[in-house]
Amino acid sequence: MNNVRKLLRSDSIWIPVLSIIIGILIGAIVMLAGGYNPILAYQSLIEKIFGSPYDIGETLRQIVPLILSGLAVAVAFRGGMFNIGVEGQIVMGSLGALMVGNMLDLPPILHGIVAILVGALFGGIWGSLVAIFKVKRGLNEVISCIMLNWIALYISHIVIKTFMAEMGTSRSQPIHDSASIQIAWLSDLFGGARIHWGFFIVIFMLIGYYYYLNRTKWGYELRAVGYNKHAAEYAGMNVSSIAIRTFFISGAIGGLIGTFEILGVFKYMAIAPNTSGIGFDGIAVALLGMNTSVGVLLSGTLFGALYYGAQGMSFGADVPPEVIRMVISIIIFFAAAPAAIRMFLKMFRRKPKREEG
Amino acid sequence: MAQAETVLELKGITKRFGEVVANEDISFALKQGEIHALLGENGAGKSTLMNIVFGLYQPTEGSIWVRGQEVQMDTPNKAIELGIGMVHQHFKLVQPFTVTENIILGMEPKAGLATDMKSASAKIRQLSEQYGLNVDPSAKIENISVGMQQRVEILKTLYRGADIVILDEPTAVLTPQEITELLAIMRRLASEGKSIIIITHKLKEIMEVADTCTIIRRGRVIDSVLVKESSPQELAEKMVGREVRFKTDKEKAQPQQAILSVKDLKVRGDNGQMAVNGLSFQVRAGEIVGIAGVDGNGQAELIEALTGMRRSDTGAIELDGVNILNKSPRTVGQSGMSHIPQDRHKHGLVLDFTVPENSILQIYNKPEMNKGGLMDSKAAQTLAEKYVKSFDIRIPGYDVPVRAMSGGNQQKLIIAREIDRRPKVLIAAQPTRGLDVGAIEFVHKELIAERNNGKGVLLISFELEEIMNVADRIIVLFNGQIVGETYPDQTNDQELGLMMAGRRQGGDSN
Repeated sequence: MNNVRKLLRSDSIWIPVLSIIIGILIGAIVMLAGGYNPILAYQSLIEKIFGSPYDIGETLRQIVPLILSGLAVAVAFRGGMFNIGVEGQIVMGSLGALMVGNMLDLPPILHGIVAILVGALFGGIWGSLVAIFKVKRGLNEVISCIMLNWIALYISHIVIKTFMAEMGTSRSQPIHDSASIQIAWLSDLFGGARIHWGFFIVIFMLIGYYYYLNRTKWGYELRAVGYNKHAAEYAGMNVSSIAIRTFFISGAIGGLIGTFEILGVFKYMAIAPNTSGIGFDGIAVALLGMNTSVGVLLSGTLFGALYYGAQGMSFGADVPPEVIRMVISIIIFFAAAPAAIRMFLKMFRRKPKREEG
Repeated sequence: MAQAETVLELKGITKRFGEVVANEDISFALKQGEIHALLGENGAGKSTLMNIVFGLYQPTEGSIWVRGQEVQMDTPNKAIELGIGMVHQHFKLVQPFTVTENIILGMEPKAGLATDMKSASAKIRQLSEQYGLNVDPSAKIENISVGMQQRVEILKTLYRGADIVILDEPTAVLTPQEITELLAIMRRLASEGKSIIIITHKLKEIMEVADTCTIIRRGRVIDSVLVKESSPQELAEKMVGREVRFKTDKEKAQPQQAILSVKDLKVRGDNGQMAVNGLSFQVRAGEIVGIAGVDGNGQAELIEALTGMRRSDTGAIELDGVNILNKSPRTVGQSGMSHIPQDRHKHGLVLDFTVPENSILQIYNKPEMNKGGLMDSKAAQTLAEKYVKSFDIRIPGYDVPVRAMSGGNQQKLIIAREIDRRPKVLIAAQPTRGLDVGAIEFVHKELIAERNNGKGVLLISFELEEIMNVADRIIVLFNGQIVGETYPDQTNDQELGLMMAGRRQGGDSN
């Protein structure tokens, strides 16, 4: 009980909550100004999310990559680095999973497991490149991340066109059915929504993330380097190898996003002119979730639900789905500018403080 | 001076930060032409009080009066308008700009659209002569000494029309000669009718220059005394709240075999220049060697080379016969070297870690702290409790980041940890920087205890008093080279000061 009270009084819980409320309110004002009915809009958003078993299932599907992307960014953040290259790691993960799924013939279950592992490995290697450039050559990770995003995209184009082209389309051949990780009976339960094993792996990873950070030797090193690189170095830690390890983990999580999308949702990979954008959303998820397990779970769920529900908003209230993008941006804006929220909190808190004193 | 006008008065100032009370009911009066010292330990609330006077903080209660008028000091600009100037401990100067450019920054005199440099320079020159500041208005900041940079800061306040000048820990960065100059300048300013507040915890300077001294302890005014009617002993006891010993008691050293030997060491600084240029010395077991010198003469590079944080070009470093030149920090540490770093926030602690987490910073990878990669938080807790108990560390809680602890207690934690590693050599770099009298006493005692246990101790300090008090043998460093070696009982501040400025031992100037 004491802990709960402490939590409720700390800014760290109120900043994200207030950011969300302000975001939703400003979204409503913009809708009003545009001549839309915000109450109807938000109502149809919620109806879309919870409207049918299929919608609930598809919302869950939307949430999975966002949570993973948030985790990928968060683990790098905790290590004092910025992984803005999750986009590229997703592409490499997709590619790895696709190659295993399409080019190998393995028995069911085993095929899926191998594909997942290879996808994660591809993402991890792609991520560790960033850290290697950083510690060996001093290259800023933001620059190398963004470049590697594009390099990954074009590598995927070459590989797909060379080895797995589906004639007459701009996409790859599909994976073999033995590599699919969809859960048929659960999908049926959710009216055909694309539910896959990735959903359970994510839950496992959220718990794993907490344990890794707070209970393991590697997590201790990672936090030490993230909080104070210099002290870690003085204490004898090998900061370079810790950075590479951290970026490998971050990249592997990124790779899993692509892997699950290929093996569990789409079954093929498109030759797209752009990356998906999920990796960038991960930055927002990590930021709002304050790089903690529970925070990433909650913020990833919120964003996933908002994205999916936005479709209902345009259908039910004729509001363009861009409005929801804007609401999310406003939430991020305030979550990233906590000073604005603190000012707000101060006005509310002044009174109770006096009573105590 | 008895009838002098009161230029600044604080009445019942209280400042709270949340639940923390930084200042409580402080009243304080500054007379014209007076040098008023504000004495207190670190964290006593001196700086908070002066930031209130300078308009950086708003008091929770109480009022500020300037020349008999109550004022709302809501911004630093308001303070400047009212003739209050502040020289911060860390200078706020633009390095590549000239003295004149720095002084007029933010209030450039205009001649049409252009800046009127000529008249600004002339005015600065005139002020400099009037107060004996000896500053060249056209020199670039990056080319002048620290002492002169400080005089530029003083000049800046005067240029802006300050009658009340606040100096925050002004002597922390100066050589003994520069301190003497500064004290002379302060007297000159006072004799010209300026009023000065000097924030410090150095008693010697207060005795030398101040007229009045107000002592603050735990946010409250303990007393306000006339300096000529007081003694350093009395001031120190009022500041700390108990009896204090100045001279550190120690028996004569019993040095044995050499345990750390450095030969012809050459180390480059960040700019690629030789920062340590052919250094050779030895530290024997059971001896404290003090390295004196002004900051920036190769001390930082030397420490980094010794601890494995920086690569050396040539030379040899042997720890008890084992070569540790260019070995990793972990290897050096395991060979028997402990290190109390100069910058405890940057190098000594992870401020966002708790006490247990910081206690195991170097040994987290040992089997007693983790089983197969899983951290044993109980073992860390036990270790932390041992440190807290045996070193009387005051902590707000075991699950609270050490950021919340006072500087003295943070330093105690580092010392506890470093001594617990049972080193052969202990390197202590500026181990008492920013600590109050009580904590300094503690640190010195521990260093001497380590010496008596047969450890070699290398003490690097910019405070002559500390070197003279604690070291058994003194080496003076200048420009990365040794310019002199002596013993505390065979030298004095004056001689050391000259050596620190580059004069070689025996008088041949360099």
